[in-house]
Amino acid sequence: MKNVALLNIENLHKSFGGLSAVLDFNFHLEPQELVGLIGPNGAGKTTVFNLITGVYRPDQGSIVFDESPITGLHPYDICKKGIARTFQNIRLFKDLTVLDNVRIALHKDVPYRMSTAIFRLPAFFRGEKEITRAAMQYLEIFHLDSKCDELACNLPYGEQRRLEIARAMATHPRLLILDEPAAGMNPIETRELMGLIRGIRDEFDLSILLIEHDMSLVMGVCERIYVLDYGQVIAEGLPEEIRNNKRVIEAYLGEEVG
Amino acid sequence: MQKRNIKPVRFLAEVGILVAVFTVVQYLITTGLLNQYYQINLTSMCINIILAVSLNLINGFTGQLSLGHAGFMAVGAYVSAVLTMNMGMPFLVSCLAACLAAGLAGFLIGVPTLRLKGDYLAIATLGFGEIIRVVLQNIEYVGGPAGILGIPKLTTWPWLFGATLVTILVVVNLVNSSYGRAIVSVREDEIASELMGINTTRYKVLAFVVGALFAGLAGALYAHYFYVIKPETFNFLKSFDILVMVVLGGLGSTTGAVIAAIFITVLTAVLQSFPAVRMMLYALILIIVMIYRPQGLMGNRELGRKTLGRLWGEKRGPAEH
Repeated sequence: MKNVALLNIENLHKSFGGLSAVLDFNFHLEPQELVGLIGPNGAGKTTVFNLITGVYRPDQGSIVFDESPITGLHPYDICKKGIARTFQNIRLFKDLTVLDNVRIALHKDVPYRMSTAIFRLPAFFRGEKEITRAAMQYLEIFHLDSKCDELACNLPYGEQRRLEIARAMATHPRLLILDEPAAGMNPIETRELMGLIRGIRDEFDLSILLIEHDMSLVMGVCERIYVLDYGQVIAEGLPEEIRNNKRVIEAYLGEEVG
Repeated sequence: MQKRNIKPVRFLAEVGILVAVFTVVQYLITTGLLNQYYQINLTSMCINIILAVSLNLINGFTGQLSLGHAGFMAVGAYVSAVLTMNMGMPFLVSCLAACLAAGLAGFLIGVPTLRLKGDYLAIATLGFGEIIRVVLQNIEYVGGPAGILGIPKLTTWPWLFGATLVTILVVVNLVNSSYGRAIVSVREDEIASELMGINTTRYKVLAFVVGALFAGLAGALYAHYFYVIKPETFNFLKSFDILVMVVLGGLGSTTGAVIAAIFITVLTAVLQSFPAVRMMLYALILIIVMIYRPQGLMGNRELGRKTLGRLWGEKRGPAEH
């Protein structure tokens, strides 16, 4: 069963000073799966994301993606292996245009050399055209193509979130990691987002792992859920199971007074 | 569709303007209409443009605050002077060697220091710039503190024009490519950039090396015009001078760097006879610009084509940092 998992994490540990942010974290994710990671504030969810994407180095444990270990690799190498992410607090290239935000994500497969660019050889113009065309395609999917020349910082909040997903998708990942994609969205926007997330998964043949506090979204789209509290997995299972899990309810609402 | 027809015409027009500028200046020099005084300032102007444009690649586009540009200029000046004077190399070879040596110095200094950020990087590069100067001061072979005297005057208008043009073209073409976007993404958000698959260290070092390389070229041109080079010429005040041009012009605008370099050169020349007033006025202008135009004369926009009409146009949204 292990050999089919797209992402497999074993005994992951990370502590900051004396604080264990992630403790003995075990996790697996199959191709095409849509998995949620939930837990109270400070449970270590974003730390897990940062460990997977190489922002932090784990103290212990192994992360295997598509049968090759990625523990301790640089973020850009992990991205090249096919993991892309968005951020809890949006991290767009604010002063650049919407189009450039996506074109930067396409840079890792840039089809021409630097010398070609400096001498402005024909291959440069062909390559730029190709990059721009591909970027516009991603923008169209996310209904941002009409705003391609706007600066990213001038987009409304919901569109910034969408642009972040578009940018992540432009690295053509096999695993997309979304850190609170619905944060700050109203219920209507959240419902649209749910449709978008499902659509991406089906259309692009990839797995999605997301952190979210909005339970309607998590219960609505995730096929399997992990619950994290104090850096440890306290529950794992189908949305129905999680909803009725006693430990989960305790973690969120506190224990019943005996 | 209309654009496509305009393109070759515009290109030819641009080439025409360049050729015209070159020929007119060349004519003025050969007929003696442009006297020695103006020629010196013209040379300074071109050298300053090269320095400002190349530093802007590091400070403006990549967002890495470097204060060691004069150090790379020194490397170029000394290497080229030694090659022409002691080894009898032609000027072109000296210039290329100056670029290579300065680029190499940029690489050696960039790899360890570019792990640092902001103020720390500024101090480290400042330190390295000073190290280069002090090392030169202590090498007898290049004259120690007295420097090198009697360097042949090989820097002529065609050389200056060509070097300035090449510098601007390389920087502009680099910046306006996928590689340039990668460089700018480092400035915008280093973490996001890494997670989008960009090896940020590599692009920081790249910008640093290219910037240093052209500083070396400026050094070679300088050495072969002003007869004498001394380590003291390339102290941190020189680096600071270049930084002022870049900040004045607008971080991340090549045209801004060019305009600011011209402006500062002219200002320095005009106020030459009032050294005390000069420094005061210099400071005053900087303060005024920083109050009314904190993003620099050009912000991060370019002058030309599209933006010409909007030069002093509307503010650019909540982009203030």
